[in-house]
Amino acid sequence: MSVLFLSRSARPRWLTPPLIVGAVLILFWLVATVAAPWMSAHAPLDMVGRRLQPPSWDHLLGTDALGRDVLSRTLHGARHSIPIAVTVVAFAVAIGASLGAVAGFVGGFVDTVIMRMVDVTLSFPPMLLAMAVAASLGPGLENAAIAMVIVWWPVYARLMRAQVLEVREREHVEAAIASGATQGRVLGKHVLPLCWTPVLISATMDLGQVILLAASLSFIGLGATPPTPEWGSMISDGASQFYSWWVALGPGLAILTIVLGFNFIGDGLHDYFDPRSR
Amino acid sequence: MTRYILRRLIAMPFLVLGIVTLAFLLTSVTKGDPLTAIVSDRQMNNPEVVAAAKARWGLDRSLPERYVIYVGNLLSGDMGTSFITRRPVAQDVLYRLPATMELVVAAMIVGATIGISLGVLAAYFRNTAIDHGARLFALFGSSIPVFWLGLALLYVFSVQWGILPGPGRLDARATAPPMVTGFMTIDTLFAGDFRLFLDALWHLLLPAFVLGWAVAGTISRLVRANMVEVLSREFILTARAKGAGEFRVVIRHALRNTLVPTLTVIGYSFAYLLTGAVLTETIFSWPGMGSYAVEAARGLDFPAIIGVTIVGGIVFLFTNLLTDVAYVVANPRVRLG
Repeated sequence: MSVLFLSRSARPRWLTPPLIVGAVLILFWLVATVAAPWMSAHAPLDMVGRRLQPPSWDHLLGTDALGRDVLSRTLHGARHSIPIAVTVVAFAVAIGASLGAVAGFVGGFVDTVIMRMVDVTLSFPPMLLAMAVAASLGPGLENAAIAMVIVWWPVYARLMRAQVLEVREREHVEAAIASGATQGRVLGKHVLPLCWTPVLISATMDLGQVILLAASLSFIGLGATPPTPEWGSMISDGASQFYSWWVALGPGLAILTIVLGFNFIGDGLHDYFDPRSR
Repeated sequence: MTRYILRRLIAMPFLVLGIVTLAFLLTSVTKGDPLTAIVSDRQMNNPEVVAAAKARWGLDRSLPERYVIYVGNLLSGDMGTSFITRRPVAQDVLYRLPATMELVVAAMIVGATIGISLGVLAAYFRNTAIDHGARLFALFGSSIPVFWLGLALLYVFSVQWGILPGPGRLDARATAPPMVTGFMTIDTLFAGDFRLFLDALWHLLLPAFVLGWAVAGTISRLVRANMVEVLSREFILTARAKGAGEFRVVIRHALRNTLVPTLTVIGYSFAYLLTGAVLTETIFSWPGMGSYAVEAARGLDFPAIIGVTIVGGIVFLFTNLLTDVAYVVANPRVRLG
């Protein structure tokens, strides 16, 4: 944290306070993802105390309706939320970016078909579509993940297509085509390598939003099923134990801090690349 | 410009058909058996009851057959019958749509008011504590899960301090006025009951803030960026040189010049509000489309899920179209792709 207090001249110009705070928050949860069992005092499913105890030295965030330690469950929640968000974004990028690249590169009828699919998918309010898909597939984290991939891939398809359309017109591509490179080679060797950066940056920034969406689905009972210590379903437990405010406090703060981390980084990057808004 | 608007309008029916088709296909890939929502557990072993239920709800027909029937019925405004409420889905949705709209409009007003004020202040007091505070407020707004924020604020303001009402649209003891517009704040006025109107407004406050906060953040960031740019222009210097007061310079000269992008972001924020409304309604027991969708999804009520998704998609599609067209009309410099 001491970097925060360095004078402006001693700090690299890109290392702004929002970036540092964001990185610290995300780092904390990444560590929790790996080390939750060693960081927490109790196992997430063990009933270790009396039920619905307010926070105390024994249970810093209290206990839930089954006498489980809320802090331990919150830390373990990272092991569900983060891998799921990463998987969802990875699949969405893989599907979206390949379809977008093909649409942009091949053009014509293929482009029309793919982009109309994109348009239709983006015509739904994301949460409603995710709910409809998740409900159709049935509750469970895997189905919620599939639903989120279906909601999210068109974003990357659009982005990738725009990239490919732009890079395709550059001179080195023309040169490659003139020297007799096959279609596949031009796309793979000369176009795609120049298209990835914006897609990957936007994918990373989206992780926070995916965590939020996954938690929302779990909250309404379409994602994780009990007794999984997933943040959304823990807040749902908290909602049914409304007067024991601490049950929902831990998971709520967890979602807040990790999403805030991603948003801080996005904001910091935005400032750096768009000096107009500084 | 006319060509652009025409092209967008022509695409509409196809997009709507796309929405209908996708929504319909979704529920056909289901692993959950919709019969469990119709037939009680005990009757499941009775083949006659099961066959009758299948025939009654059209579950014995093939997928293409069901699709053609569904689209045909849809054209005459029939979205099927909800498994749970046993009422026509179209009727259920129409009955619940105004509650969602009231919440979304209220959230939009709250979000725009807070967002524009904060954005102007942040730009005017750039790089001061006010600016940093506004940025933090914006970032928190887009990071807090609305369902948790709703619970927390309800607990603090309603249970602990007792200064704001609990969930619902009216006091539990009050009788709702006859439904005219479906907007509780307007219907109470139509009924001539001013105290009930205040009660409705009072109940709207917390959910509107919960839903509007995230939008306020987005709006304030955009207003700030535009204001910073406009405030550095020469006509602002001219206005000041002519002796215009600071308030007049900022509001009349600068803010007016950021209206187009501001109105655009408010229009697009509708998408976010519709998504957020699903969860906000669940927390505040708000009888809108969002809570209907949640009940339908939990209960595997497929006609209701398809219906809500289609209506939500169409509402969404049209607000985005309106925003796009308004943007083009207000800003002739944009290049139309």
